[in-house]
Amino acid sequence: MSAFYTIWLRDLTRFLRNRSRIFTSLAQPLLYLAIFGTGLSSLLSGTASLGGVSFTAFVYPGVIGLTIMFTALFTAISVVYDREAGFLKEVLVSPASRLAVALGKVASGATIALLQGLLTLPLAWLLGLPLTLGQVVQLAGIMAVLAAACTALGLLVSTRLRGIEGYNVIINFLMMPLFLLSGALFPLAGLPLWMDVLVRINPMAYATDALRQVALAGAAQPGFLAASRLHPVAVDVLVLLGFFVLFLVPAVRAFSKQE
Amino acid sequence: MSHSIEAHGLSRNYGGLRAVDGLSLSVQAGELFALLGPNGGGKTTTLGMLTTLLRPSAGTARVAGYDVAAQPHEVRRCIGVVFQGPSLDEQLTARENLDFHARIYNLPRAVFRQRSDELLALVELAERQHEPVRNFSGGMRRRLELARGLMHQPQVLFLDEPTVGLDPQTRRAMWDYLHTLRQQSGVTIFLTTHYLEEAEGCDRVAILDSGTLAALDTPAALKATLGGDVLHFRVADVQAAEQLLHAEGLAVRRGPEGLAVEVGDGPQRIPELVAALERGGHAVQAVNLRRPSLEDVFIKLTGRAIRTEAPDAAEALVRRGRMGRSRR
Repeated sequence: MSAFYTIWLRDLTRFLRNRSRIFTSLAQPLLYLAIFGTGLSSLLSGTASLGGVSFTAFVYPGVIGLTIMFTALFTAISVVYDREAGFLKEVLVSPASRLAVALGKVASGATIALLQGLLTLPLAWLLGLPLTLGQVVQLAGIMAVLAAACTALGLLVSTRLRGIEGYNVIINFLMMPLFLLSGALFPLAGLPLWMDVLVRINPMAYATDALRQVALAGAAQPGFLAASRLHPVAVDVLVLLGFFVLFLVPAVRAFSKQE
Repeated sequence: MSHSIEAHGLSRNYGGLRAVDGLSLSVQAGELFALLGPNGGGKTTTLGMLTTLLRPSAGTARVAGYDVAAQPHEVRRCIGVVFQGPSLDEQLTARENLDFHARIYNLPRAVFRQRSDELLALVELAERQHEPVRNFSGGMRRRLELARGLMHQPQVLFLDEPTVGLDPQTRRAMWDYLHTLRQQSGVTIFLTTHYLEEAEGCDRVAILDSGTLAALDTPAALKATLGGDVLHFRVADVQAAEQLLHAEGLAVRRGPEGLAVEVGDGPQRIPELVAALERGGHAVQAVNLRRPSLEDVFIKLTGRAIRTEAPDAAEALVRRGRMGRSRR
């Protein structure tokens, strides 16, 4: 328990000490919203097809998800950095259980990603989506599960890889399809079969689906949300939890076995 | 338990390459023990296995009474390690690095406060304890790593090339810390080095060459195997002079400084041997007396000199490179 907390505390200390990183990673969702929202909405004739919300508001939940995925995957790289900087040896030669260390890494990465995700919430008001406290709590819960799943995926990749370059290649290769096939930019109803299959094996699709149902609950027509969703929120969250376990178990195993 | 470290047939392969081959040795409690060898000779791999970071491919080792493969958790609790490369968190302060260590070793907070104050004073970093490590010089980092390795009062302290990349003054200071520490706490110290003069100051020295144990004894006993002092004669006709000295029943070999002759008592034999050479028609241009060093032992055992200068520079580059990359 003490090792778990120590790992978490160190990563959080480093994160909070690095203020510039917090602000640069906040700029990213703003940029995505501005580009996708403005650029793509000019293609659409009206807003009726999106249940009465603007395209920017429609994209917003996907951008929350992207922010979390981005932060989580790039926070998990700390395992690679720690190995290259030698600090990982200090941890591995200590009596701390490897399980506690790996779980501490997941917890710290997930916490940081969740914090970044929460920082995107004030944007909702700017986009004409006034959130109730209940919505904020539900969104935070979904974000936490997504953050944990993405961090576990990042830990899995970073533990099995030796170099920073390799990690960046894999993560960049993963990130774009995960985002584009998440339904962030278009509703997932009526997709061709091949795309539908790819969407359904994409954790980001379930996260975006759940975040959108909660975030747009007050603003969009209920019929639109019901028709365009993949699953009810609870099912989405359960699937995300499933992905979390699916990534976590091999990640922890690989972390414990490493030399 | 009198043995702090016991290894039997310890081996480690990397792919097809055997980095350490059947190493057996034992280190007594409280001993200052050096593993001496050239870079790439298997020292760091040996240390990796003894500190549970690398699994042995064959053989066994016990540290502080626990098996490194079967009881790594118990071994880790009993050892402190100062690694060859950097291993500090540069974004944290010196004190925060010690704090991390204390927490991960589950030390009570009061013990942490007391030990960190003591150790920061010992390594003369008390005044800069609240500065981030990225501001520290190589020597300060090494001292902090030493303090950190001692935080949890280990029974066995492992140091991998503790003085590489340090200036001579800091190297001496590092050794002073180690000797003070040993007198005060009786900790067993196991270190690797490729500096022969550092190995001289240890209780016992194991010479590791290409992954195998070439010799293991006290520095004095190792040097005694050479049969005493070494005289170097510079002459014009090396071959003929070599035959002449051979005929005198002496062990002769050719070195960079001329003919090297092992004799019991160097200073007394000089006039006699110079006279013998001159009688044989060899004008002696220069004579040099060397008391045997571990370098001579090393050359005798492995047939070559230990390379200190070139790999050192390369290592310093690697260290700097790593440090540069980790600064972000």
